[in-house]
Amino acid sequence: MAQARSLSASELSQSPARSRSLSGRLARLGSRAVLYAVIVIGAIFCLLPFTWQLSTALKTARDALTFPPIWIPNPIQWGNFAASMTIPGLPFGTFFANTIIITTLALTGNMVAAPIVAYSLARLRWPGRNQVFALVLATIMLPQQVTIIPQFILFKYFGWVNTFIPLILPAWLGGGAFNVFLFRQFFLTLPVDLDEAAKIDGASTLTILWRITLPLSMPAVATVTVFSFVFHWNDFFAPLIYLSDQRLFTVSLALTLIVQQTNSQLPQWDLLMAASLIVMAPVLVLFFFAQRYFVRGIVLSGIRG
Amino acid sequence: MAFIRQRSLAQKEAILGWLLVFPWLAGFVLLIAGPIIASLVLSLTAWDILRPPKFIGLTNFHDLLQPGSHFWQSIKVTTIYAFVSVPAHTVLALLVAILLNQKVKGLRLWRTLYYLPSVVSGVAVAFLWQWVYDADFGLANWVLWTLFHIEGPAWLVDPHWALPALIIMDIWTFGAPMVIFLASLQGVPEELHEAAQIDGAGAVRRFFSVTLPLITPVVLFNVTLGLIAALQMFTQAYIITNGGPGNATLTTMLYLYQNAFQNLRMGYASAIAWLLFLYIMALTLLVFWSSRHWVYYQSSTDRKGEQ
Repeated sequence: MAQARSLSASELSQSPARSRSLSGRLARLGSRAVLYAVIVIGAIFCLLPFTWQLSTALKTARDALTFPPIWIPNPIQWGNFAASMTIPGLPFGTFFANTIIITTLALTGNMVAAPIVAYSLARLRWPGRNQVFALVLATIMLPQQVTIIPQFILFKYFGWVNTFIPLILPAWLGGGAFNVFLFRQFFLTLPVDLDEAAKIDGASTLTILWRITLPLSMPAVATVTVFSFVFHWNDFFAPLIYLSDQRLFTVSLALTLIVQQTNSQLPQWDLLMAASLIVMAPVLVLFFFAQRYFVRGIVLSGIRG
Repeated sequence: MAFIRQRSLAQKEAILGWLLVFPWLAGFVLLIAGPIIASLVLSLTAWDILRPPKFIGLTNFHDLLQPGSHFWQSIKVTTIYAFVSVPAHTVLALLVAILLNQKVKGLRLWRTLYYLPSVVSGVAVAFLWQWVYDADFGLANWVLWTLFHIEGPAWLVDPHWALPALIIMDIWTFGAPMVIFLASLQGVPEELHEAAQIDGAGAVRRFFSVTLPLITPVVLFNVTLGLIAALQMFTQAYIITNGGPGNATLTTMLYLYQNAFQNLRMGYASAIAWLLFLYIMALTLLVFWSSRHWVYYQSSTDRKGEQ
C-alpha cells in the first residue's frame, strides 16, 4: 500500500523528478567510473614491479639492458628459470631443502607451542595469569634488535652457530608472542560449554585443546600458519648471522650468491629475477590459497590490538 | 570435604596453568629478558669474542655520541626513513581502504592485489627493487620518462636519491595497515553516517567528523607497529645499497650488524643496540602519550566528561 502510494506520488511530479534523477544518475555513474579508474590505476602500480620482474626473467641478458624496455620478450626465454637454478657452484636443490627443513620445523614449533600457551592464558585460572599476558603483549611491542647480540653469543656458547638450531628452537619456546596473542584472542570467542562437557567426560586439558578448541579455530590456525611460513621462508637476518657454511644456506642467502657469482660488476638481471621469482613462488601460492582466512586473521589481530 | 576438593582442583588448575606457559616463560627469560640485561652489561665492554671481554665503562657510549660520528649519521638516516615512510604509508593505506570501502565490486580481488606487495618481503623483493631503480634500464626511470618525460635520477648511486628510493619501496608495502583500516571502516555504524548526512554534512566533512574519530585507535595501532618496524629496517639497506652511497642509507640496524658481525666489536655493537632500543622506546612512548589527545575511545567518552 505504502509502496503504491509513494509510486503514484513520484509519478505526479514525473517530469522534473526524472530529469533530476537522470543528471543525478549520470553524476553517480561518472563518480563510479572515476572510482573504478582510480582503483585500477592503483592496482597497476602495485603489480607493475612484479610484471617487470617476470618480464626481465623471460629475457636474454642483453635484452634486459635496453631502454625503453621490451615488455614482451621475443623469443621468451623459459630456460632462464632452469638456468638460474643450475648456476655452477650454487646447488639450489640443497638451498631449497635447507629452507624447507627450517621453515617446516619452525612452523611446527609455532603451531604446537603457541596454542598451548594461549589455551592456558584464555581458559585456565591461575594466579599471575594477567601479569604473564601483559608480558606477552609487551614482548610483541618490544624492539627485538636489542636481544640479537646476546642471543648470538648464547647460541655460540652452545656450539650451535652454523647449525639450524638457532633458527628453529626459538619457535618451540612458546611459539612466538604474537601467535600466542592471536590464538588467545580467538579462543576467547569460543563457547566454554564444549570444554566443560569434555572435561566431565574425563578428557585431559591437552586433549580438549587438540580435539575441540583447535579444530574450531581454523581461521586462527590458517593465519598463524601463513604468517609463520612467510616469516621463516623470507627470514634473512637470522640465517645471515648464524649460517656461514654455504651448504647450509637458505634460498634468501643463496640469492646474494648469484650476484657474487657473476664476473661483471652488475648482477645478471635475467637470472637474478628468475631466481627471485622462484623463491617468492611458494609464498605467493600459499597466500592465494589462504588469503581469505589470512585477511580475517590480520583483522582479528589488528582490531583487538 | 567439598571445600577441600574444590581447593585442590583450583590448585591443580593453577599448577597446570603455569606448566603450560612455562615454555614461553623459559623462552622469554633466555631469549629476551636475559639478553636485554646481558647486552647492557656488554655495552660497557670491549669484546671481539676471541679474547675475554674488557670492562671499559662508558667509553663505547662516549665514542658513539661524538658529534659527526657514524652513529649519528645512522640515527639521522633511520629517523628520516621512519618519519617519512610511516606517515606516508599509513595515509596511503587509509586512502586505499576508503576507496575499497565504497561498495566496489570484486572487493576480494582488489584487496588481494593491493595486499600482494606486502606478502613478499626480504631478499627477493630487495633485488627486484634494486633492478627497478637501475639508473639506465630500470622501471622507475621508464615510468618517469613515459608519464612525465622526466629523466630520472641515478637513484641508488645518488646520495640524495638513495634514501628516498628505499622510502618509496617501503610505501609500496602498505597492505597490512590497509586491510586493518578496511575492517575498521566496515565497523563504523551506518546510522552515524546517515545522521550526519541528514544534518547536511558532505562526504569530506563526514569523513573527518564521523569516520576518522572512530578509527583513531586503529590509526594508533598501525602507526605504532609501523614505527617500531621502520626504526629497525635492515634487509633493504643491506642488500640494495649496503649503506651507501657515502653512508646515505646507513640505518642504525645496518651499522649495528657491521660492528657486531663484520668487525666483531660486540661491546660497541651492544651499545648501539641499547641506544637504538632507548630511542625506539622513547618514540613509542611519545606516540602513546600524544595519543591521549587524538585517539578517541568510544567506551571512554563518559569518563572524558569527568576529567
